[in-house]
Amino acid sequence: MSMFKKKRGKANPAISTASLPDIIFMLLFFFMVVTKLRDAELKLNINTPSATELTKLEKKSLVNFIFVGTPTKKYQDTYGTSPRIQLGDKFAELDEIAKFVEEHRLSLDEKQRPAVISSLKVDGETTMGIVTDVKTELRKANQLKVNYSAKPADKR
Amino acid sequence: MARKTRSAPEINAGSMADIAFLLLIFFLVTTQISEDKGVLVKLPPWSNEPPPELKLNERNVYSVLVNSANQLLVRKQPMQIDALRKNAKEFIMNPDQRPDMAEMPTKAIISIKTDRGTEYGTYLEVYNELKAAYNELRDEAARRRHNKSFEFITKDQQKAIRAEIPLVISEAEPTDLANE
Repeated sequence: MSMFKKKRGKANPAISTASLPDIIFMLLFFFMVVTKLRDAELKLNINTPSATELTKLEKKSLVNFIFVGTPTKKYQDTYGTSPRIQLGDKFAELDEIAKFVEEHRLSLDEKQRPAVISSLKVDGETTMGIVTDVKTELRKANQLKVNYSAKPADKR
Repeated sequence: MARKTRSAPEINAGSMADIAFLLLIFFLVTTQISEDKGVLVKLPPWSNEPPPELKLNERNVYSVLVNSANQLLVRKQPMQIDALRKNAKEFIMNPDQRPDMAEMPTKAIISIKTDRGTEYGTYLEVYNELKAAYNELRDEAARRRHNKSFEFITKDQQKAIRAEIPLVISEAEPTDLANE
């Protein structure tokens, strides 16, 4: 009987868990790479124009994004095909820009507020009409630092 | 019976770390961290009163009009966008002291006027070309004076050159001639 028991114990060796951390790390890295750090879903088609005289946006926390472009296929039934504005993750009207900028400013330290930059991500094929309206709203909200988002182009 | 008694051979896990590192390096190399870049602009403050009528000497104003068909009219002459940078540089510096160009770089004013139907892409291209013209002029000035490119000279030297060649771009309210 004792012999029988011995045999059974030998047949079930402990599985080595030494490689478990590696597997976990691998998964971690995989997800770190794949995950996009974007909090807002883009509901517009935006293909920014290219430019050469670019400035980097340094501090992400001091930047608020205003998107302008035509709604993507999914939203065309409800919002049509003419250019629209997106603030955060939802469609917005012109008069909501001032409130949006002010809310972002209030979330920051008083010292940092003058350094706030509005990044305009505008589709290259949008007409200037809506862009000018957005700019006017920003001026009215006293948000004067603006960055026209663009792709880097080769220097001529 | 002999099969059952044999224990399962242990798998060598020593190379696991290598595989993990290989994958890590692969992803590190292949991913591009998307940077947010763009053309930085300072808008003029808003006021409800109409801006005061400024008497400007016409020779100092470099007017760029863009219509709804994305065509350029520069100082009443049609122009291609590729020629804009060179033309603007000549206008600002006025090397031949021509009477119809800017008296001094400090007095030169660039005026952009678009239509509500102009494409944003064209507008940004025009803006970019004009900004590039200024940046090139500053760079040339830095090379002449300090024998270095503009970005490598000291802050004070940069400030001095910036004061000599100030970037003044004024944007007029767009016209509303075409359907958007």
